[in-house]
Amino acid sequence: MNIMIVGVGGQGTLLASRILGGAAIKKGYDVKVSEVHGMSQRGGSVVTYVKFGDKVYSPIIDKGEADLVLAFELLEAYRALPFVKKGGRLLVNRQRMNPMPVITGAMAYPENIEEKLREKAEVTAVDAIPLAEQAGTIKAVNVVLIGLLARSMDIEKEVWLEVIKECVPPKFLEMNLKAFESGYSIKSVSVN
Amino acid sequence: MKKLMLGNEAVARGAYEAGASVVSSYPGTPSTEITENIVKYEDIYVEWAPNEKVACEVAVGASIAGARSMTCMKHVGLNVMADPVFTASYTGVNGGMVICVADDQGMHSSQNEQDSRHYAKASKILMLEPSDSGECKSFVKKAYELSEEFDTPVFIRLSTRVSHSQSLVEEEEPVKYELKPYEKNPSKYVMLPGNAVGRHVFVEERINRLRAMAEQSDSLNPIEDNGSRIGVIAGGIAYIYAKEALGDSVDFLKLGVIYPLPDARLKEFAAKHDKVFVVEELDPIIEEHCKMLGIDVIGKDVFTLLGEYTPAMIKKAVTGEDPAEYNAVEEAIPVRPPVMCAGCPHRATYYVLKKLGLVVSGDIGCYTLGAAPPLQSIDTTICMGASVSAAHGMAKARGPEFNKKLVSVIGDSTFMHSGITGLVDIVYNKGNNTVIILDNSITGMTGHQDNPTTGYTIRREPTKQVNLAALCRSIGVEHIVVADPFDVKNFEKVVREEVEREEPSVIIAQRPCALLPNMRKIYNGLCEVTDKCKKCKVCMKLGCPAISLVDGAVKIDATQCNGCGLCINVCPFHAIEKSA
Repeated sequence: MNIMIVGVGGQGTLLASRILGGAAIKKGYDVKVSEVHGMSQRGGSVVTYVKFGDKVYSPIIDKGEADLVLAFELLEAYRALPFVKKGGRLLVNRQRMNPMPVITGAMAYPENIEEKLREKAEVTAVDAIPLAEQAGTIKAVNVVLIGLLARSMDIEKEVWLEVIKECVPPKFLEMNLKAFESGYSIKSVSVN
Repeated sequence: MKKLMLGNEAVARGAYEAGASVVSSYPGTPSTEITENIVKYEDIYVEWAPNEKVACEVAVGASIAGARSMTCMKHVGLNVMADPVFTASYTGVNGGMVICVADDQGMHSSQNEQDSRHYAKASKILMLEPSDSGECKSFVKKAYELSEEFDTPVFIRLSTRVSHSQSLVEEEEPVKYELKPYEKNPSKYVMLPGNAVGRHVFVEERINRLRAMAEQSDSLNPIEDNGSRIGVIAGGIAYIYAKEALGDSVDFLKLGVIYPLPDARLKEFAAKHDKVFVVEELDPIIEEHCKMLGIDVIGKDVFTLLGEYTPAMIKKAVTGEDPAEYNAVEEAIPVRPPVMCAGCPHRATYYVLKKLGLVVSGDIGCYTLGAAPPLQSIDTTICMGASVSAAHGMAKARGPEFNKKLVSVIGDSTFMHSGITGLVDIVYNKGNNTVIILDNSITGMTGHQDNPTTGYTIRREPTKQVNLAALCRSIGVEHIVVADPFDVKNFEKVVREEVEREEPSVIIAQRPCALLPNMRKIYNGLCEVTDKCKKCKVCMKLGCPAISLVDGAVKIDATQCNGCGLCINVCPFHAIEKSA
């Protein structure tokens, strides 16, 4: 499986890729996770790759090769579209964050991204922010999206919960489990 | 049990299992997490040094004293430490010494794309290159053995994708390493010309012995015979990409030893194949070596000198097979370059510098992002410390009037790294520059490392703190102003006054990084635009990622605002208020 997680630096995509990697390893797969650190983390486009299977060589994913893209932000989902393989899926958080060229007025934020994505791939779009708020903090958006991802994959829920317990500090655990549950229980995940 | 580890984490694990006991480094993406992971191992002495040269010398000293030592840096850090490295090649080691250098193909977080493999040949030091986390650990352990066996420091060459990818690693028990006895040995460790002449002879002989080792090593330089007429020579991450692209359809010579290259092994491998490709990112180092040996290989004729490779690119070049089909995005979409975070103290500094129309000699750190729109303040960025010395050169070239429109900006950690020497130059050589030290109380860009100005060691133990103002005063700077850039009016006044001075002056722009845990407590609430807004857009000149124009109105995005209040400070109509 080739999974790509995209978003904006600071949204917590790194944790999502680590949890996914951790879940895949518990299932006995060979796993590679490619992360982003340093300057590109500072509010820029952030891309991480998680690949697992019997044997994985390259930690990166080429265009047209992602089975699934989890996007934390709409424009980043659009940017990642070329990576989705034919018949692949996109899980998209409907959040919109203006990049600097939009803020300065140099370019417009593309319109109707969700519709444009649906023309090319199977898309599940959610509003993760209110779900995170219900769980206790807007900062748990990433964990809501991990819940959504978990629901879309062939790895048991117990495995995910185990990994989250290992990755998250104990005092934030309850909130994160709640956030995970709200993402996991989103209905009709694999249907448009 | 196998564990998922970053390449950098596995390098640290390798040092631990090999019994290394002294590690000194300076942070730099993509190498930083090696040293951060060393912190996990309580028996290892670990530190952040002020710069890479110091770090390397600490590691050299520890090695001479009999310990296994390590120093880690990014590619450009190797330039800073080149001086001790070239002579450490001559002295050799007592305890094993490993130098980890991480290149940044694609320049994810760097100012250039240099290929550090050149240094191995130039300094005549053995270089190994792992291709995944498992090899990161095993090669580091092997490097310590080879270091002691051949009396040489050893380079471990990493790259962004090896350092920052996680793959599976089998943990093993650490060895019990006894310090080697310390013996005074001037002919080996005192590099006076008379002694160095003898050591140079040793170094040349050592290369021959290392080459013989590389020729014979099936574990470091394995050949994969898949019965193909096509051969591929590659090492490091390029091997991984080639293996993914070509699988078992070609034969491989995987090079774990990048220097010295195994001449006979290369020739034998090439002789068995009709066509031989060399796949290496950046410079044609292996390719040129093959061509020098008279081996006909295909390299940069079909592969680029620029950036990162991908498996698809390699497949196309070797087999002619097209990459997978994909859905193109049919309109131009805005890029999302990195930006200064909401609440970043540097934003206020650049807001003032831009307003005053100053020439800004920049440096390396988060604050380099002040070059991007809309602040676009920075005129130059070269290397660590260059903001100070390059401004001195500019002022000497164009004279005092130009100097009154010129400032240097440099972070606290970068100033300690190599800014201080530039300032000494200004004071000593009668310069009149104004240097702004952006003191955000941490090394920011690389992810919050302590430095000599923070008062804490890498293990978060309290320590003596370098006082920047006292330091500048002690070297002869008489005008030092400490100012909070968020007090925008005062900061502007300070900058106006200091650039006019016909003497060296230092402004310490003091405000901690917004991402530090303490600041998260201090900044609270959210900034909101009220109906007093006249749409003058002064707040938008800040380039805060939380502030944008939505349907003609200025809006502050609640998911990004951290309540720092800078926009409140610059709004001329008091139209922004803090809500709970």
